[in-house]
Amino acid sequence: MSRIGVFICWCGENIARTVDVDALAQEVSKFPGVRCAMNYKYVCSDPGQALVREKIAAEKLDAVVIASCSPHMHLKTFRRAAQLAGLNPYKVEMANIREHCSWVHHDRAKATAKAASLIRLSVEKARLDHELQPIRVPVTRRALVIGGGVAGIQAALDIADAGYEVVMVEREPSIGGKMAGLSETFPTLDCSQCILTPRMVEVGQHPRIKLYSYSEVERVEGYIGNFTITIRQKARYVDISKCTGCGDCWSVCPLKRNKSEFDYGMGVRASIYVPFPQAVPARPVIDAKTCAKIIRNGCGLCEKKCKAGAINFQDTDKLVEEKVGAVVVATGYKLYDIGEKQDKASLAGYGEYGYGQYKDVIDSLQFERLLSASGPTNGVLKRPSDGAEPKNVVFISCVGSRDNAKGLPYCSKICCMYTAKHAMLYKHKVHDGQAHVFYMDIRAGGKGYEEFVRRAIEQDGAKYYRGRVSKITQEDGKLVVRGADTLAGVPITVEADLVVLAAAMRPADGVAELAQKLNVGYDEFGFLLESHPKLRPVETNAAGVFVCGACQAPKDIPESVAQASAAASKVAVTFAADELMREPEIAGINEQTCVACYACLRACPYHAIEQAEVRTPRGVFVKHTARVNPGLCMGCGTCVAVCPSKSADLEGFTEQQIYAMVESLV
Amino acid sequence: MNTANPLPQACATARVIEALAHTHLYDCYQCGKCTAGCPMAAQMDIAPNRLIRLLQLGRGREALDAQSIWQCVSCQTCATRCPKSVNCAGIMDALRQLSMEEGRVSPAQRRVMLFQKAFLDNIRRNGRLHELELIVQFKLAGFMHDRRFSLLFKDATLAPKLNKRKKLHLRGKKVRDRAVLRRIFARSMDHS
Ligand SMILES: Cc1cc2nc3c(=O)[nH]c(=O)nc-3n(C[C@H](O)[C@H](O)[C@H](O)COP(=O)(O)OP(=O)(O)OC[C@H]3O[C@@H](n4cnc5c(N)ncnc54)[C@H](O)[C@@H]3O)c2cc1C
Ligand code: SF4
Ligand code: SF4
Repeated sequence: MSRIGVFICWCGENIARTVDVDALAQEVSKFPGVRCAMNYKYVCSDPGQALVREKIAAEKLDAVVIASCSPHMHLKTFRRAAQLAGLNPYKVEMANIREHCSWVHHDRAKATAKAASLIRLSVEKARLDHELQPIRVPVTRRALVIGGGVAGIQAALDIADAGYEVVMVEREPSIGGKMAGLSETFPTLDCSQCILTPRMVEVGQHPRIKLYSYSEVERVEGYIGNFTITIRQKARYVDISKCTGCGDCWSVCPLKRNKSEFDYGMGVRASIYVPFPQAVPARPVIDAKTCAKIIRNGCGLCEKKCKAGAINFQDTDKLVEEKVGAVVVATGYKLYDIGEKQDKASLAGYGEYGYGQYKDVIDSLQFERLLSASGPTNGVLKRPSDGAEPKNVVFISCVGSRDNAKGLPYCSKICCMYTAKHAMLYKHKVHDGQAHVFYMDIRAGGKGYEEFVRRAIEQDGAKYYRGRVSKITQEDGKLVVRGADTLAGVPITVEADLVVLAAAMRPADGVAELAQKLNVGYDEFGFLLESHPKLRPVETNAAGVFVCGACQAPKDIPESVAQASAAASKVAVTFAADELMREPEIAGINEQTCVACYACLRACPYHAIEQAEVRTPRGVFVKHTARVNPGLCMGCGTCVAVCPSKSADLEGFTEQQIYAMVESLV
Repeated sequence: MNTANPLPQACATARVIEALAHTHLYDCYQCGKCTAGCPMAAQMDIAPNRLIRLLQLGRGREALDAQSIWQCVSCQTCATRCPKSVNCAGIMDALRQLSMEEGRVSPAQRRVMLFQKAFLDNIRRNGRLHELELIVQFKLAGFMHDRRFSLLFKDATLAPKLNKRKKLHLRGKKVRDRAVLRRIFARSMDHS
């Protein structure tokens, strides 16, 4: 016979108001296996926990049921209390009579009866609880950082400075991300490159950071503390261990008019190129799509010119493996495609704004390149069509963002700020020019942000109109922008020389595939999901995988950096222990009865089931079986549901327990 | 689109407008894109986005009495470009319908209404537009209404132009299947 103690909590008024806790304790004390039942005002408080401990000792209890709030709230608290009193913590059960009962019912008698039923279930379960021991797994103290934008850079440097090795994987030829291409940055207007490039160099030279540029994550295996990552190093056609970065190759390359990705098509580059002079690594890459040697075995001038003999036209993709214990995802964002062509069926483009049709209608990142001192125009503002200095520039915010009809109802958060910055920087470059801004709301929450926007209006004379633009047409060489000012209630038409569209922020290409490899969730727009928006903002539901920067939601540099440091500290916490403890409530397979159909292997969402063999102690093969990897299993129970031979079971939620619980009710 | 309708019970007009236009007034977040694209907005006393705002505020009376609902040319630009898929053109229609049913069309706009009536009568009879008949009908109805000779022959100089485009036929063509026509009209007059 079990000796179970039941502790009913009033939760102040929360439970006691609706549930008759005295009557409940009396009824529960009669349940089979219950040794004692009592109620108390706050069982989670110090005296409440002391009561639990005392009773465990005095009554020699072998299991405990706490009838109170959700186990999410206090299961850990009560398990710790039980452990202090010498009871195995996995012999503690909770009955949720608050969220599942008192908060959702009014009728006192019925609520009390329901609470009794809930407790009966937990008592039945507690009778069959086993003593369990937490699972210990070793930790590889190295971290993988995916994405080398400002967020990835910050996370990598923090982790490396904390004393751990970092492997960084960046898919472009250089790290730096979007920030490397920005002109000056709000709210202080410091030059983006001046503050970022020293950090990039630090990454490149850090003894504990191993950088894989022009590479992608191919495969992820393992679990927290023990990941094996396969990295695809894309064919670069330049051996960067030999290359000195002298630049002879790109000056000799005859194909110099390829659109530069780094300049978002505003500038050109050769077929062998470094994306920008401050690139890290400052080594070139050959664009196989345009290189004459690779396409048709022509040219080959760079190979002849290279004194280091670094060019290798026979280069191929290479796969390398790295072992790490934690992963930080920092893959950042891209801008919404404004034109008609969309990469997702749920999105629509803006035909009415003429983007892609009129050369002088550009997006916000393109404008950053036109403003940048290191940009294709060396910071002289020239419009794309004819190189003239634009005297009237229209900025339109919320292009894509907050537009349900185009499929993106969310606010991109940063466009209000960079649009004010654009209006300001434009005025600093073209003193007799006029900036016009069409906006719906100005969202400038942040230190110094509101002041910054007001400066654009009050000091730099930007004209702000509150309303969305309906259409842009071209008439006599002018872009005619038709909008409205809803404050005055009048239509507004501006004849512009250049139009800049603040396109919505979307997650980077390929992030969904990456998330699937890592078992990380993502929302309908592709932004990665944190495990709790307030309390666990950089963790994900995959243990040991963290997120930071714009891949999680639209955000600016200060926020990306803060989040990156948070993710880095979470990695450091993971690495602080000698071993990792995991909850033992995981699946197990009875290898005697398993028929090796592997239905579970296919069903398991965490890839935690392996094919294995049963052998005698002498090594003679007996049979095939499925086996659970305790490091990977998350205890979801899917295998239990699909196993046709009833060989899979879940510790802490065994089939026997579930049947006993159901039977006690019917 | 929002399915919950937050309109307070008191806004009777707004409720009727929502039902007639099959749209949700509170989806509108007042961005002004409807007004920005409206070819008539510059002439309007109350611009399209403001009409919707009045309805949101429960001030349907002011919306119904606006001149602008009669200036709208039903081009549908507003509804096509609305980021929240609010059927603004449908709201214009609904406002006209209510205002007519109440018999409160402002005197200045009665001629617009007469034109629309003549236009629909014409379609109802023929199944397609017969321009000459429409002109005669509209001019007569207008004259009966305000007895202004000057308006009777206004636009007469346009006749040769219309003729040149082969828009003026003495005898109009009619659609054969009149039953279909009746059904269409019956359906569109059905408020539910
Ligand atoms: C026009 C404009 C102006 C802006 N101006 C400012 C400003 O003035 N001040 C400010 O604070 N913020 C500004 N921002 C915001 C700023 O750009 C972002 O906050 C910041 O760049 C986010 O950094 P990140 O590292 O998260 O992402 P990113 O900069 O996008 O970096 C992500 C990196 O990950 C790499 N990557 C992506 N996918 C993969 C993959 N699968 N595998 C490997 N690598 C991958 C990318 O190549 C990239 O290098 C501006 C944004 C825009 C659009
Ligand atoms: S010429 Fe050779 S050494 Fe010089 S940058 Fe090009 S590849 Fe490197
Ligand atoms: S349908 Fe009417 S309100 Fe809408 S844009 Fe056309 S004229 Fe203006």
